[in-house]
Amino acid sequence: MSEHAHDHDQSGADQGGDDGHHGHPDSHYIKIWAILCVLLMISVLGPELGVQLVTLITAFGIAFVKAYMVAKNFMHLDVEKPIIHYILGTCLVFMVLFFSAVAPDVMEHDGSNWEHLTAKQVVADGLEAMEAEQGGHGDDDHGDGGGGH
Amino acid sequence: MEATHDHGAHDHHDEGFIKKYLWSTDHKMIAFQYLITGMAMGLIGAFMAYAFRMQLAFPGMHVPGIGVITPDVYNALVTNHGTIMIFWVAMPVLIAAFGNYCIPLMIGADDMVFPRINRLSYQIFLLSAIVLIWSFFVPGGGFGGAWTAYPPLSAEELYSLTPTGSSLWVVAVGLEFIAFLLGGINFVTTAMNSRAPGMKALDVPITVWMIVIASILFMASVGPLLAGAVMLLFDQNLGTGFFDPMSGGDPILWQHLFWFFGHPEVYVVLLPAIGFSGEIIAVFSRKKLFAYKTILLTAIGTGVLSFFVWAHHQFISGIDPRMANIFTITTVLISIPIAEMVFLYIATLFGGSIRFTTPMLWALAFVAEFIIGGITGIFLGASGADIYFHDTYFVLAHFHYTFFPIAIIGTYAGFTYWFPKMTGKMMSERLGKLHFWGTIIPFNMIFMPLFVLGAAGQHRRIYDYTGFPELSLDWMQMTRVVATSSLLIMLSFQVFFFWNVFASLRNGKKAGKNPWRSNTLEWTAESPPGHGNWAELPNCYRGPYEYGHPDREEDYWPQNLPA
Amino acid sequence: MQKPIATNRSSMGIPTGKLAVWWVIGSEIVIFGGILASYLMHRLGHPEWANYAQHTNTMAGAFNTLVLLTSSLTAVLAHNAAERGDGKRAANFLLLTVGGAVTFLIVKGFEWNYEITHGYVISSNQFWSFYYTAAGVHAMHVIAGAILMVWVSTLARKGQELQRVELIGLYWHFVDLVWIFLFPLLYIAK
Repeated sequence: MSEHAHDHDQSGADQGGDDGHHGHPDSHYIKIWAILCVLLMISVLGPELGVQLVTLITAFGIAFVKAYMVAKNFMHLDVEKPIIHYILGTCLVFMVLFFSAVAPDVMEHDGSNWEHLTAKQVVADGLEAMEAEQGGHGDDDHGDGGGGH
Repeated sequence: MEATHDHGAHDHHDEGFIKKYLWSTDHKMIAFQYLITGMAMGLIGAFMAYAFRMQLAFPGMHVPGIGVITPDVYNALVTNHGTIMIFWVAMPVLIAAFGNYCIPLMIGADDMVFPRINRLSYQIFLLSAIVLIWSFFVPGGGFGGAWTAYPPLSAEELYSLTPTGSSLWVVAVGLEFIAFLLGGINFVTTAMNSRAPGMKALDVPITVWMIVIASILFMASVGPLLAGAVMLLFDQNLGTGFFDPMSGGDPILWQHLFWFFGHPEVYVVLLPAIGFSGEIIAVFSRKKLFAYKTILLTAIGTGVLSFFVWAHHQFISGIDPRMANIFTITTVLISIPIAEMVFLYIATLFGGSIRFTTPMLWALAFVAEFIIGGITGIFLGASGADIYFHDTYFVLAHFHYTFFPIAIIGTYAGFTYWFPKMTGKMMSERLGKLHFWGTIIPFNMIFMPLFVLGAAGQHRRIYDYTGFPELSLDWMQMTRVVATSSLLIMLSFQVFFFWNVFASLRNGKKAGKNPWRSNTLEWTAESPPGHGNWAELPNCYRGPYEYGHPDREEDYWPQNLPA
Repeated sequence: MQKPIATNRSSMGIPTGKLAVWWVIGSEIVIFGGILASYLMHRLGHPEWANYAQHTNTMAGAFNTLVLLTSSLTAVLAHNAAERGDGKRAANFLLLTVGGAVTFLIVKGFEWNYEITHGYVISSNQFWSFYYTAAGVHAMHVIAGAILMVWVSTLARKGQELQRVELIGLYWHFVDLVWIFLFPLLYIAK
């Protein structure tokens, strides 16, 4: 464990960066940015194809890739000390835990000996309205507010 | 070879009253601000308990100091009693006050890492307290939907009857969360990074570790509820329907958001109290804290496990029964690490040279009373039994046998232990012991009977049982009177505490630096410590619990003495 | 105010400011995680929301994503300059980042104005409630970040507290990360 703790820098300017410097030229970051922009374009165009699997991969898959790139290259998360990874990882795990434990109650509308009648009705009404809209005039941006209440 | 020492900041030029007491960035002053605010809120919460217990014992009668209590006032009283005691008493006193005071001193630092953020966090906290109190005086009065604030009661004015009060309550709680998030950053970063040279992780006193783990638990668990509070506020005021099934929402979502935080929260307040007790038990047994590393790992394990038990608060609210199965198992499991910590404390006492000072009495009482709370929790954690016990006074007695030791006994333990350091004066042992017994004995007489009432079917949050023939039997009503009378006695004995504080401040014996002959670093500073804590910051050469070491003539070995 | 000695110690080998920012990010993960997890479980249970989501402005969302990505670039370029000790250059890049934040907010302003005047308000239905709430909480973090960034850049221009350039940058990248996920969740899932 580096004991450069004894280096009391009274002037107030801490060393930046974990091991001192992140030492990349500006062009490196600009290159990363360019890749991110290309990925963004793909994620916007992908869903236009209308294939659900393609949408999932381009919209959400790319989101994870972009996030990884920002974390690694801009935040320099890969060269941070392990404790930081544990902190962030634990928080993410807790979010997965939260989702997994609550989704069976909130996402599902029936389960082991129960049925959420109101929610099922709301879904059915909404889907019906969707059918009607698509059956009627074509997709119109100024259409009704989407089944208000 | 002499190790180098950091030099603390020396006294500044004379500070004005405002800068010194109200605008200070000194961690000790901020600690006092939290302490005084927390205790003041405690008096308000105690008054609320007095009021609603008078109503329960003597339904419909005029209660001195407040008048006849109507149902909506009763609901507001029980709601705000719970909310205040947890968020505005337990947390500020146990974590913010003692954390602020003890952490820098115990790790040999001159202040917290971010003194101005520290000051800001108190100010936000104070604002949150003001917002909450304001909610009592708006049209409709204070929020009365229980501290758990389940929608639709909390979301719809039609049901809550407190349109402004409900929103102010949510805003107050939200602000309090933000204050503690900010404060927590300071505690964790300071404890992790600003330790004295030579102080390894296992040389850090258990008090500091516990407060740090508690802060981490808080920071990792409060997020979803902060999100939920925003959603609830919008449901109350903007016509959204996050928790309204007719709009596609779900009230169960609120419950999950609330308890995902709510359960770790009880460990957030528990751990500091356990920390104080451990510290005190070691010092007044003149013995090493038994299996310190195990206690630490157990605390961390408890913290992690506490994220996996929350739905035991929702066993009968319509969660999927398969979830209930899982949560029963995890809930019963979590009693194991806590029991283990209790055993380790008992092992610390065993063979020790025990001094029954006032702090020691409080620390021992904490352990004993908490055991009762913990054991009764197992009944509730078993989902089958909970079907009967849920929402009865059995639950209430259980959590008062946990919360009261945490918030009240824990506070008195820490306060009487560190008072000499904070003020330079010793407290009166006589008054301290009188206060102690006058609190503990009535406490048990309030809540022990409530287990019986709960098992007999008495529901919670009912303002008058005379409408329920099976709950207004003579013995039941008499039991309510006994509980209320005991509360009145207990509250009266608190006078001795305040008397002790003021008399000791004026005439108490001078404490000197280390009246308890403890090893930890705070006892090497002056009593009270000056700004910057030490002229020369200490180094650390050993662990905090080297009592009764064979190589030493004295029975203690302070951490700062070179080998 | 003179900093306490405590601030400059580093028992963990990480500067205290950076350690603190990572903790802040950790607690923000659970805040946004709470909002997004709640949104996700509703979205997956309510297929009819695909219809409501049709009315979000994908182009505005995509443009804003571009704006935030670019502002992350300028933030890391500021950090690079600060590491070389060039306070003025760092301050300028930070101000560019703030410019990105302002652009983001202006675009959002126009976007929301259009949606609100066409009847898609926060109480229209549950989808729109989540849409405004999630993006709104995010926007509040954008505003807070921009304000802090102006303050850091003012000090950096004078060569002071240069280590804070990286710290505000880390916070900013996190705000960008949240949006990277918000964009597909709110705009693309149709």
